[in-house]
Amino acid sequence: MSEYIFYPGCSIESSAKAYYESTMAICKPLGIALKEIDDWNCCGATEYLSLNLTPAYALIGRNLALAEKQANGSQTVVAPCSACYLNLAKADHYMYEDKAFGEKINEALSAGGLHYTPGKLAVRHLLDVLVNEIGLDKIRAQVSKPLAGLRVVPYLGCMLPRPDYGERYSDSEHPLEFDELLQALGAEVIDFPLKTACCGGHMTQIGPDTAFELIRRLIAAASESGADVIATVCPMCQMNLDAFQGQMNGYFHTHYKMPVLFFTQLMGIAFGEKPEKLGFGQEFVSARQALKRIGVEVPEAAPAAKKPAGLPMPSPLQKKPIGTTEEASQ
Amino acid sequence: MSAEEKKPQERVGVYVCHCGTNIAGVVNVEDVSTWAGEKLKDQGVVVSRDYKFMCSSLGQELIQNDIKEFGLTRVVVAACSPHLHEQTFRTACKGADLNPYLCELVSIREQVSWVHTDKDAATEKSKAIISGGVSRVVHHEPLEPLYVSIHPATLIVGGGIAGIQAALEIADAGYPVYLVEREPSIGGHMAQFDKTFPTLDCSACILTPKMVQVGNHPNITLLTYSEVEKVDGFVGNFVVSIRKRARSVNEADCTGCGICWEKCPKKVIDDKFEVGIGYRKAVYTPFPQAVPKYPVIDRENCIYYEKGTCKACEKFCPTGAINFAQEDEIMNVEVGNIILATGWDLFDARRIPNYGYGRLPNVFTSMEFERLSNAAGPTGGQIVLRDGKTVPKSVAIIHCVGSRDKNYNNYCSSICCMQSLKFAHLVHERTGATVYNCYIDIRTPAKAYDEFYQRLIEEGTLFIRGKVAEVTDAALSPAEEGKLVIQVEDTLIGKQRRIPVDMVVLSAALEPRADSKEVAKRFGISCSADGWFIEKHPKLDPVATMTEGIYIAGVVQGPKDIPASVVQGAAAAARVLGKIQQKEIALEPVRATVNEEQCSGCRICNDLCPFSAILFHEDKMVSEINPALCQGCGTCVAACPAGAISGTGFSNEQILSQIDGLLFLNIKSKEAVKA
Amino acid sequence: MTSNPTTSGPPSLLHEVAMRTPGNSHVEMCIQCGTCGGSCPSASAMDHTPRALFAMLRANMRDNVLSSNTPWMCVSCYFCTVRCPQDIHITDVMYTIKNISLETKAYQAKTASDFSKTFIRWVENYGRSFEVGLAGLHTLKHFAGRLLAMAPMAIGMITKKGMSITPPKRIQGMDQLKKILKRAKELEAA
Ligand SMILES: Cc1cc2nc3c(=O)[nH]c(=O)nc-3n(C[C@H](O)[C@H](O)[C@H](O)COP(=O)(O)OP(=O)(O)OC[C@H]3O[C@@H](n4cnc5c(N)ncnc54)[C@H](O)[C@@H]3O)c2cc1C
Ligand code: SF4
Ligand code: SF4
Ligand code: SF4
Ligand code: SF4
Repeated sequence: MSEYIFYPGCSIESSAKAYYESTMAICKPLGIALKEIDDWNCCGATEYLSLNLTPAYALIGRNLALAEKQANGSQTVVAPCSACYLNLAKADHYMYEDKAFGEKINEALSAGGLHYTPGKLAVRHLLDVLVNEIGLDKIRAQVSKPLAGLRVVPYLGCMLPRPDYGERYSDSEHPLEFDELLQALGAEVIDFPLKTACCGGHMTQIGPDTAFELIRRLIAAASESGADVIATVCPMCQMNLDAFQGQMNGYFHTHYKMPVLFFTQLMGIAFGEKPEKLGFGQEFVSARQALKRIGVEVPEAAPAAKKPAGLPMPSPLQKKPIGTTEEASQ
Repeated sequence: MSAEEKKPQERVGVYVCHCGTNIAGVVNVEDVSTWAGEKLKDQGVVVSRDYKFMCSSLGQELIQNDIKEFGLTRVVVAACSPHLHEQTFRTACKGADLNPYLCELVSIREQVSWVHTDKDAATEKSKAIISGGVSRVVHHEPLEPLYVSIHPATLIVGGGIAGIQAALEIADAGYPVYLVEREPSIGGHMAQFDKTFPTLDCSACILTPKMVQVGNHPNITLLTYSEVEKVDGFVGNFVVSIRKRARSVNEADCTGCGICWEKCPKKVIDDKFEVGIGYRKAVYTPFPQAVPKYPVIDRENCIYYEKGTCKACEKFCPTGAINFAQEDEIMNVEVGNIILATGWDLFDARRIPNYGYGRLPNVFTSMEFERLSNAAGPTGGQIVLRDGKTVPKSVAIIHCVGSRDKNYNNYCSSICCMQSLKFAHLVHERTGATVYNCYIDIRTPAKAYDEFYQRLIEEGTLFIRGKVAEVTDAALSPAEEGKLVIQVEDTLIGKQRRIPVDMVVLSAALEPRADSKEVAKRFGISCSADGWFIEKHPKLDPVATMTEGIYIAGVVQGPKDIPASVVQGAAAAARVLGKIQQKEIALEPVRATVNEEQCSGCRICNDLCPFSAILFHEDKMVSEINPALCQGCGTCVAACPAGAISGTGFSNEQILSQIDGLLFLNIKSKEAVKA
Repeated sequence: MTSNPTTSGPPSLLHEVAMRTPGNSHVEMCIQCGTCGGSCPSASAMDHTPRALFAMLRANMRDNVLSSNTPWMCVSCYFCTVRCPQDIHITDVMYTIKNISLETKAYQAKTASDFSKTFIRWVENYGRSFEVGLAGLHTLKHFAGRLLAMAPMAIGMITKKGMSITPPKRIQGMDQLKKILKRAKELEAA
């Protein structure tokens, strides 16, 4: 049994439930125990860093401090989201490298009775742990339903291979680890020139024109290469490429229908798990046709929630809630 | 041991230099000199002076007069680093009949005035340094230099243009040369080029006459397909063993007719001379004008060595020169001096993934382009794409690939701007294609170089100031389909541009040879962190090394073009000829010696010596230091756990007294220091 | 932060940026090669390329730098950071410039800064972010015209992904987190 400290991140509880379900499904046969950090908080994504660096790092620091406190046995924190992974790794890196900075963040943490020892924990992404710690041999051994014939684009996005403080990847622009993992599952892996290109990040929210172009590049190139699906390692990438694919099509008058899955979903299929246990059906662009090609039937998904009445604008809006006032969050 | 116990009987003179304002601008030299004259009286100081330029002839005369007038037995000069003027002041003392090793130069410039701004503290530190020097110098002993004879032969390693030039200069002067080259032919990289900048003369036309001269020279023993395995000895008396790899061809019989390689059925990708874009046979000479003309059989690829049959070459050879049984030969030669001219390797462009070399077929390296454009190359000088036939309509040349980049090499490779301009010209001339040169800075600082740049602007080259961010085949528009796209910020416009082209050429960095560190170690010299061999002085002694008798020339010392490599080849030859003419040279007597009684035979020092000067007597179980090899660096002295080694000029007594002096422990009352 | 560029003359924005960026950002070492501007996927949306921004920083064109939309358009792809030949931590420098531009209220990129603020508002009050609420609020405010185009997606978020339309549950240590953030803000201002 390999034990790890687990930092799930916010999106895995909302938009990326499929990632969570499939991760849990594959960890079991691989003998991985993920121990969730108790009472973890949001990592702040790139947004808090933009506003106010010290609180942003303190916010991340709280997670590291809790993890250090709760750690018994494993000293490795695993995050499935690239942005969370990078934020945790970045805070650890700079607190370690820049002593004065580390002390400042710890001073802030001390206001909540916490402390983090820079360099104490190893922060790693799920993919890195699977490839470099568990190893492809062990993974191969679990494959009972090889993905033979499924053409997969290995899409990593930005924050996993860059800036790569821990130097865990063979390359910051064209790493091969992900390709090798998918090959171990029996998939036909496409040599994808844009495998670490940007998915648009938060530009879907603040500069849709730019975001749509970045999404189009990826979807078009994947489609051009004859891919059946795109495999992702990050909830943000998955969301941008999948949920915004329709809007992007509308913007450019294109008709792409490229399913975008979490790599753990593909691992689950290859391990012989039932698709419904792996969060299939939650994607916007359905992967049913693609999986059919390799003889996997995904049952028609039953709606996970009741159909909402009217536009699903959240309730806080009506109450003039937090988030609508003008004064800056500083 | 305390210096105080020893009553000084020596008569010491102290001389404090102003070095113009270099020292006097920060240090109160008058105060220092007065202080030394008063406070160091007990240490034997009988005269102390300051002077504007101690190194001037007037300054030197001042010391000489004092030696005579005051009967000085020791001299301390407080000035610049011993690297610069130790010799000057020693010679001055010698001129006044004082043994030169009784003079001590202490640095109050590099160690004080250049590194401090607080004037009072700097003045106090100068006093401490002089105090240390005075305490030390009284323990000096008169020394006599060691004399060694110089063997008139010279070893040159590397037969590129730098090594060729050096070999010819020395051989023409009438002295024997052994020229050792690893490849089957001399010529180096220059032999692979078609045209050379800035004059665009044909590379072969200017190189091959020199190669032929080397091949025919009565004073040159040419050893190609050979490598130096071991170097023993020291300046004037090196013993070098050279491995001559088996060519499988008897040189005495071979006429170089070429029938063997014509008949050889085995085609091999030539990843050396043709940098992987052309072929050769298993028996081959790298190029038609090779010197020597004899081919070699590449045993790794030859069918006979693999399967035991074939021997087509042997069958057809009209003189029976093929000799499959030939074995490597080890030659030992004696030489007085060595010149290393082993050149460079090209940066591996695969290391920059965003440029796509190795992934995108029509991305070429500069050396590949040289072979493409060479009339004797695999395409007969046709500039075409990887398919071997399509002539590009547009070409992008990327500067600074692997140079000036903290991710790869910090330095500027210095030749690639000119080389990129040369390529642009060749593309214009041979294909009429549109050429983009993407650069950070255009560096053309030699004679007729900027004029060449002007000419290329006139020819219509499109210069874009910006380091290319990436080369991709992921098209974003129909115009980009099937093309390579370079994405670059045109910094003079401040806009990102995507330019579709057919061919991309990477002007890759010059890098030290992959084995440069091992070669440096074999010859007992040092490499910089980058891996280039380090010269004795970057300005004033660019071809000598810190190891006497070993010189460097060409790119092995740092990136440079052909003219500069030739200059260094000639300069190294001049230095060697100077040594040979002296017949005998004096070596610094600063050497380490082992006290046999104290040596425990642990051998810790043996491997530490950077000059391999320590040998071990198995019979007596003690180490001994060869005084001619020892450079007096002191590594072994510090390392010996038994304290059995001491350095002449660096005895424990000398060092400890100097430390006492630095801490003013030599001066009885502490108050006296401040006063 | 350990970076201490040797700048002559009065305190400059360049100096401030260098001092406030964690680690040694090397921002003063820019050779204006344009690798960053060539790499940037957002370049077309920026009013200045990152390189140009650094030139302006060096020229101490304070207002132009702080009002530029460039850092706000940065998507944190880190292409520039790994490619920069001078090892400048460009992405981190972008964060610092955004911090200063907010502090001095010099920023013009309202959409981007609002997005960050809205996002963080939830985090500061619940300890967790809230994608549905964020996307909804933000779109309503800045891209009201696109609401219709977004509707299918919004519905999908709930029907397919089963995302909750109510804000996340507060973390238990909310008090602790608030204290930490308060102290951090004081330290930032110090
Ligand atoms: C693409 C390109 C184009 C260029 N074009 C020009 C130009 O037009 N004009 C110009 O002036 N300059 C040009 N240069 C620069 C030029 O190549 C160098 O200045 C020149 O090669 C330096 O010569 P060298 O003798 O120092 O080294 P090299 O040419 O590298 O020769 C070194 C020799 O030593 C041998 N050797 C290496 N190691 C050993 C060993 N351990 N034992 C024995 N032998 C060994 C090698 O086999 C080689 O023969 C160009 C460079 C490049 C990359
Ligand atoms: S024996 Fe070897 S070198 Fe000779 S012809 Fe055959 S393959 Fe060529
Ligand atoms: S010579 Fe020119 S191309 Fe070569 S590294 Fe220097 S600046 Fe770059
Ligand atoms: S890549 Fe680096 S050195 Fe080049 S312009 Fe950008 S910040 Fe400056
Ligand atoms: S990190 Fe930001 S500035 Fe740098 S290339 Fe990516 S988007 Fe542009």
